[in-house]
Amino acid sequence: MSIIVGTWVAAFLTLCIFSFLYKDNPFYKFAEHLYVGSSAAYMLVYFYFFNIKPMLIDKFITSAGTVRWILIIPAFFGIIMILRIIPQISWISRWAIAFTMGIGSGIGIVAGIHGYILPQIKATFLPLVIPGNVVESINNIILIIGVITTFLFFYFSKEHKGLFKVPVRIGMTFIMISFGASFGYTVMARLSLLIGRIHFLLHDWLHLI
Amino acid sequence: MFKKLATIDRRYIYVIIAICIIIPLLTKIVLEIKVSPPVQSAYDSMEKLPTSSSVLFSIDYEPSAEPELQPMLLAILRHAFKKDLKVIVMCHWPLGFPLGQSALVQVAKEYNKEYGKDYVNIGYRPGTEAIMIGIGREIRDFFASDYAGVLLDSLPMMRAIHNYRDIGLLIGLEAGATGDFWVRLAGAQFGQKIVLGGTAVTTPDWYPYLQAGQIDGLIGGLKGAAEYEKLVESSGRGIVGMTAQSVAHIAIIVFILLGNIGYFAIRRK
Amino acid sequence: MKRAVPLTITFITGFLIIIGFFIPHDPIGGLQSTFLQWYAIIVGFTMVLGLMTLAKVHTRKILRREAGFGYSTVLIGAMITTLSVGFYSGVKYGIFETGTPFMWYYNNIFVPLSATMFSLLAFFITSAAYRAFRARNIDAALLLIAGALVMIGRVPVGDIIWSKFPDVAEWIMNIPQMAAKRGILIGIALGMIATSLRIILGIERTYLR
Repeated sequence: MSIIVGTWVAAFLTLCIFSFLYKDNPFYKFAEHLYVGSSAAYMLVYFYFFNIKPMLIDKFITSAGTVRWILIIPAFFGIIMILRIIPQISWISRWAIAFTMGIGSGIGIVAGIHGYILPQIKATFLPLVIPGNVVESINNIILIIGVITTFLFFYFSKEHKGLFKVPVRIGMTFIMISFGASFGYTVMARLSLLIGRIHFLLHDWLHLI
Repeated sequence: MFKKLATIDRRYIYVIIAICIIIPLLTKIVLEIKVSPPVQSAYDSMEKLPTSSSVLFSIDYEPSAEPELQPMLLAILRHAFKKDLKVIVMCHWPLGFPLGQSALVQVAKEYNKEYGKDYVNIGYRPGTEAIMIGIGREIRDFFASDYAGVLLDSLPMMRAIHNYRDIGLLIGLEAGATGDFWVRLAGAQFGQKIVLGGTAVTTPDWYPYLQAGQIDGLIGGLKGAAEYEKLVESSGRGIVGMTAQSVAHIAIIVFILLGNIGYFAIRRK
Repeated sequence: MKRAVPLTITFITGFLIIIGFFIPHDPIGGLQSTFLQWYAIIVGFTMVLGLMTLAKVHTRKILRREAGFGYSTVLIGAMITTLSVGFYSGVKYGIFETGTPFMWYYNNIFVPLSATMFSLLAFFITSAAYRAFRARNIDAALLLIAGALVMIGRVPVGDIIWSKFPDVAEWIMNIPQMAAKRGILIGIALGMIATSLRIILGIERTYLR
C-alpha cells in the first residue's frame, strides 16, 4: 500500500513541476517550496547523523585523554561559525572561516600544481612525428597547438593584436569547438534527465512499459 | 513562410520533445549500442582486478542526476559482484547517499552478497577534499564506523583496509567538481587508480585526465551507462533510454536547422 | 584581534597542509590529519548556518503576512516534517535503512521534486538551441557543427546513419575539445594557485569582510 501511495505522490509532484512548462502556477510554486524546505532540512538531519554524532559525540564518548578533550576546539570553531547569524558578534565567525580558508588554500596549491599542472603539461609533451603513423602525428600536432593557443587566448596582459593575433585566433577556434562539444553533451544530459522522469511516469506510475 | 520557421512557439517545441521521448519508450525498440574506447577502458580496469580486491565507490551525485548515474552505478555494481570484488560505498554529496544505499542493497541481493563480508557502506562525511587526503593515511580517522554506526573493525572485510594502498580501484560517480578532487588528490598524491563516471555535462572536462593517464576510464552520461550495461550483459534504463535519446537528438538538430534556414532566408530578404 | 587572529590562523593552517604533503610522518602528518578532521567537522556546521538563514527569512515572511507567505508556510512545514521524519526514523530504526519513513519520504517526495526540476532544462535547452543557435559567423558555425556532430555521434542512431559518426565524435572529444579544455583548465589552475597563495600570505583578505 505504501508503495502505491508513494508512487502516486511522486507522480503528482512530478506533474506539479512539469506544469511550469505551461506557465508559472500555484502547483509549481507549492512543489518548489516543498523541495527547498525538504532539501534544507535533509542537510540538518545529515549534519547530526553523519557529522556531529560520529565525529564529535561518539568520538568524545569512546576516546580518552588528549584526543577526547581536543575535540572542544573543532566544536568551538563550529559554533562560532553559526554565530555569523548574530550581527553583533558575527566578527568572531571569521576565526572559523579563516581556518577553513587556510585548509582550502593549502589543498588548492598542492592539488593545482601536483594534481593538475604538472601531469597535464607532461602529457602535452608528445612526439610531433611518429614514423609510420601519419594520423597520430597529425593528432599530436593539433593537440599541442590547441593547448598552447587556448592558453595564450587567456593571457590578458598583452593585447590581442599584431603577431600575437594569429595564435589567439587559432585558440579561439579550438575554444569554439570545445564549447560546441560541451553543448552537445549538455543537451544529452538534460534529455537523459527527462527520459528518466518520463520513464518513471510510464513505467512505475502508469505501468505502460 | 521562412519567418514562421524561425519563430515556432516554444510550447510546440516542448510538446514535440515530449513526444520524441514518450513514443520511443512506449515502442520498446532497442537499438544496437556501440561501446566507446573510454568506457571499454573503464570496464577493462575492473576486469583486470584480481578476485577479492576492494573497489571504493564514491556516490557524488543527488537525485537531480539520478536518471544518468543510477543506471551506471547499478551496472558497475553488478560487474563488481559478478567478479567477487569487495565493495565499499561512500558519499560526498549528502543528498545522494540513499541512492547509493538502495542500489547496493538491490544488487547485493541479486548476487547473494553478505553485508560486512562482501560489501560495506561507510556513509557520508562533510569536507570533501579533507576526506580524500585523510583516507590516504587511515580511513578510520574519518570513518570510524559505517553508515549505521557499526565500528569498521567489527566488519570482517574492512579489517585489512586502511588506506588507498588497500583499494584496487576507485569508481567516482560524479555530478560536479568532486571528480576533479579525486583525481588531483587521491590520484596524484597517493597513486590511486581511478575510473570516473559522470553526467554528460561534466564528462568533457575530464578528457584531459584520460589522455594524461590520470584516470583509467571514463563513463559519460546515460549513453556511457548504456555501454557499460552492454558490457556486463545486463540491460537497464541506459539501454532502454537510448532510442528516445536518439530520436530527441535528431529532433533538436532538426530544430537548429529550421531555425537557421529561417534566419538566413530572412537575412537574405 | 579582529584581523590578526584570523590571518594567523589561515597562515598556520595553510602552511601546515602544504608541508604535510612533503613530510607525511608524525608529528607533521598527524597534525595535518587532525586539522583535516577539524575541517570536516567545521564545514558541516555551515549546513546549519544555511538552514537557519532560510528559516529566518521565511518565518519573517509568514509573521509579516507578506505576499506569497502561504508558500513560505509550505517551506517551513516541509522543513519541520523532514526533520521530524528524519530524527524519528533515525532514533527508532537507524536512519538510512531501506523501508524507513525517512527513505519513503526521500524516494517519493524528494527524488521526484529534485529530478523533475532539473529535467525541465531539457525543454529549455531545446528551445534555446532553436532560438539562439545561429551560424552568424565562422565561430558560431564551428560551435554549431561541433555540437551537432557530438550529438549525433554519441547516440546509437548516429552509428546507423553513418558508421563513422561515433568515431568523428570521439575524435572531436579526444583532440580539439580536449586540447582546449586543457588550455583553459591550466589557466584556471594557475589562477587557483595564485589566489590560494595570496590567501595564505594574507594579501587576499576579502573573506574577512
